[in-house]
Order: sequence, then structure tokens, then C-alpha cells
Amino acid sequence: MENTVLKAEDFNAYFGQNQILKNIRLEIRKHQVWAVMGPSGCGKTTFIRCINRMHELTAGATVSGSLKLYGEDIYKMNPVLLRRKVGMVFQRPNPFPTMSIYDNVISGYLLNHIRLTKAQKDEIVESTLKRAALWLEVKSTLHKRGTFLSGGQQQRLCIARALAMNPEILLLDEPTSALDPISTAKVEELVYELKSEYTILIVTHNMQQAARVSDRTAFFFLGELIEQDDTKVIFTNPKNEKTQNYITGHFG
Amino acid sequence: MGNDGHIAEGKAIISGLDRQVQVRGLKSRLFRLVVILLSLISTLPLLLILFYIFKKGISAINWHFLVSLPKPVGETGGGISNAIVGTLMLIGVAAVLAIPVGILIGIYLSETPKGRIAYNCRLAVDVLQGIPSIVIGIIIYEWVVVPMGGPSSFSGSIALGLMMLPAIIKSTEETLKLIPEALKESSLALGVPYYTTVLRVIVPSGMSGIMNGVLLSIARVVGETAPLLFTAFGNHWMNTNIFKPTSSLPLIIFKYATSPYTEGHKLAWGASLILIIMILVLNLITKLVERKWRTPF
Repeated sequence: MENTVLKAEDFNAYFGQNQILKNIRLEIRKHQVWAVMGPSGCGKTTFIRCINRMHELTAGATVSGSLKLYGEDIYKMNPVLLRRKVGMVFQRPNPFPTMSIYDNVISGYLLNHIRLTKAQKDEIVESTLKRAALWLEVKSTLHKRGTFLSGGQQQRLCIARALAMNPEILLLDEPTSALDPISTAKVEELVYELKSEYTILIVTHNMQQAARVSDRTAFFFLGELIEQDDTKVIFTNPKNEKTQNYITGHFG
Repeated sequence: MGNDGHIAEGKAIISGLDRQVQVRGLKSRLFRLVVILLSLISTLPLLLILFYIFKKGISAINWHFLVSLPKPVGETGGGISNAIVGTLMLIGVAAVLAIPVGILIGIYLSETPKGRIAYNCRLAVDVLQGIPSIVIGIIIYEWVVVPMGGPSSFSGSIALGLMMLPAIIKSTEETLKLIPEALKESSLALGVPYYTTVLRVIVPSGMSGIMNGVLLSIARVVGETAPLLFTAFGNHWMNTNIFKPTSSLPLIIFKYATSPYTEGHKLAWGASLILIIMILVLNLITKLVERKWRTPF
């Protein structure tokens, strides 16, 4: 029980009358990396946006059923406090354009008015950037704007920004879809390294990526969670025909 | 023989094409020429106005002109120091009143693309932009000057502030609309409350555009005369109290230009030049701010 980070039971999500997610049941354990796969419009992004309650920011969006973080119902928590425990990285790298690299890393603290001493700040920035595998590349330009970095570096900066808050779970929404192959490889490497310390959910279109970085894979289709299993099993011996068709490239 | 015929025919077609290409090139050049000529013509009036005001005004301007008060009619010399101070005071107070309100309304509109209140607010801003300045002057006279018991710099500032609002609101709204939604989401995803996200992430990212609107709106109203006629009213003496009537550059230009004395006319030209220089400087600062403070996404 202690090991269960996130548990979804009969979880549904809607946009107005449209049901986007249908009866999702899922249990994510500590220090697992989950890949969430499926064709466009299958609800995978909606699912992870439900976890940090970004889904409800769209007008007309509602949910039902239960979604629990360490046994606590996410939809009974204060969304602002919940989001401090759930880190999220988006498709396009988007460091805060008015802030330096240094300030971007600790932006979660700065914007939430959490007071830190200079030494604490330095410590958080250095250790987080090291964890995000960016320290060596930016340590001499910490006070330049984050937007001067390359796309891949910006995305790792965004991961660092999320990591700095020490999230219980890290959500990555197609984090490499706007990056070139080399930057993609670096982000994947990073995800692989982070799994010893963090629980990660990564939405991806890229099946090789899912196979490379994840322990477990969930396959979504038309709002339903069709299959979930060890990544190896999903890719070598899927039980559901739809999963098999998707993986072998028959649709999607 | 037949072959030669074909070749000759081909050559004829190609030379025909050549001619066509030449004609097209000529047309393109002509078009370019017309476009350049027309844009030159559109800048010509501005250059002529600047040149004329400079020619007429420069002889009036010296240190004495800038730091002394107007002389009574009939005496030579005298300056416009009270009008310069008055204009700065009017604009300063108007900016303090209009900037926060304008930016906040702009934020509201950009954050609320749909909805009844936002729709009506947008409509109101458009209509406000079209209200003649003299009408705003009369309204402020009724609403502020009469209840306060007399004209004052403050009432003039309210009138000018009201005229600044539409430009500030529009530029704030348009600038903030261009800021990627993802930036807002990534701030919210860090557990930052909505108001902090707006004030510390979104507004700073659009600062260049907002400042641009603010400065242009100031440049726009600095030369307004009509709304000041019944509000700031004018004053022969130096006044630094915002609750007393105040002179201003447009007002003294109006007053001296319509007076029958050549000495007055000279003063009016000098004041015009000062006013134009102020507006030019404001526009230059706007360009500079736009370049310096632009934040790339």
C-alpha cells in the first residue's frame, strides 16, 4: 500500500457531453516509469492532465470516479497544493522567458514566495541541474535567460524546474516531440536515470521511446485503457488485438 | 527541311517569351517605383510640418523661454515654464490614474476571450475610443469640475486619463493574447496560484508591448487641448498644486495663437516646438523600450 503512488478506480473525464476517459483503472507504484501510449485523441494527455488537475482549467471539463495520490483523493485536495506535489513537463519547452536559468530552476519557490537563503538557492540550483544532466552545459551561464538555450537544453531546464519542487510524481507530456534526435536521446537518458528517485509518467507517440525508457506501459484507445502490463510483455506478447495492431503499425 | 522549320518555330516562341519576361520585369519595376513614391509622399507632410515648426519655433526658444513665466500683454520676452510644468503634472497624474486601471482591464479581457461582460467591455472600450475629446471635456466638467467647485489640474488629468484608457487596454489585451498558453500552464503546474501566475509570469513576459501602449497613449494625449479647456482651464502663474487650475502647452498654444499680438504668436510657435519635441522623444523611447524589453519566447 505504501508503495502505491497513484491509483485510479473507475475514473472518467468529460469535456461537456463528450466522455474522454472511460472507467480507467490503474495503479502506479513508487519508482516506476510508465509509458502512456495510444493513437491521437485516445485521451492519454487528458489522463495525465487529470492527475495534476490541469484538465479542469478548460471550460466545461469535468471528472468522476476516484483518483488517489498516496491514498488521498486528488479531487478533494486544493488544486494549487496538489500541483506542488505533481511535476509536469509540456510538449514544447517553455522556460519562463523573463527569468534567468538560475531563476527558472527555482521558479517554483520564487513564484510561491517560499523564502530561501542564498546558500539554499545555490544548493537547489546546482543539485537539480546535476540531476537534470544540464549542470555542465550551463554552469557558466546561469544568469543568462533560459530562452537562449537550445530546444533540448530548454526542455531539460523545464524538467529541472519540475524536479526542484521534489514532486511525488513527474508527468511528461510528449516531452521530446518538439526536439531533434540527439536532444531526444539526452532527455530519454535523463528519464532513465531519474527513475531511481522518481515516479514518472511519460506520454509518448514514439513506440521505441516507450520501449526504451519505461518499465510499464498503458495502452489507451478511444478513451479506454485497453491494456497495461510490463513494457516487455506489451511489446512482445500483447494480449489485446488492438494493442497488437497499434504496435505493429496497422493503425495510429 | 521540316526539321529546320520546327527549330525556327521554336526560336520564335522563345523570343516571344523573352519579350514577355522583359515586359513583366518592366511592370514589376514600375509597381515598385509607384509604391516607393507613395510612401515618400505619405512621410512628406510630417517632414514639412516638422520643418516649419522648427523654423518658426527655434527663434523663440532659449533658456529664458524655458524657465520664466509669461509676461503681461505688451511686454516682450516671457516664457512658458508654467505650461511645461503644468503639462508634465497633468500627464503624470493622468498616467498614474489610467495605467493601473487600463492594464488590469486589458488583463481581464485577454484572460476572458468569451463571455457577456467581456464582450460588452470590449464594445465600451471601442466606443470610448471614438468619443470626441471635447465631449469628454464637458462630461468631466459636469462630473468633476462642478462638484469640486472649480477647474483644477486634477480634473484635467481625469479627462486625459480617460482618453488614455482605450489605447492601454487594447495594447495590453493584444500583447497578452500572444503569450503562449503553455507558459501559463507551466506556471500553474508548479502550484503557483492564478493571480501570481498572471502578475509575475504573464504580465512580465508582455511588458514590452504593454509599455509600448502606455507610452503611445501618453504621446497621444500630451497634445490634447479640447478636454483641458473646461478642466485644467489655464493659469498665468506657476502652479504645482493638482487641485488648482493649471496651464499646459496645448492651452497656451491655443491662447497665444488666437491672440492678436505677434509676441504671442512667437510664444505659441516656441511652445509648439517644445510639444512636438516631447512627442518625438516619447515615440523614440517607445521604440527603444520595444527593442530592449522584448522577451523572446
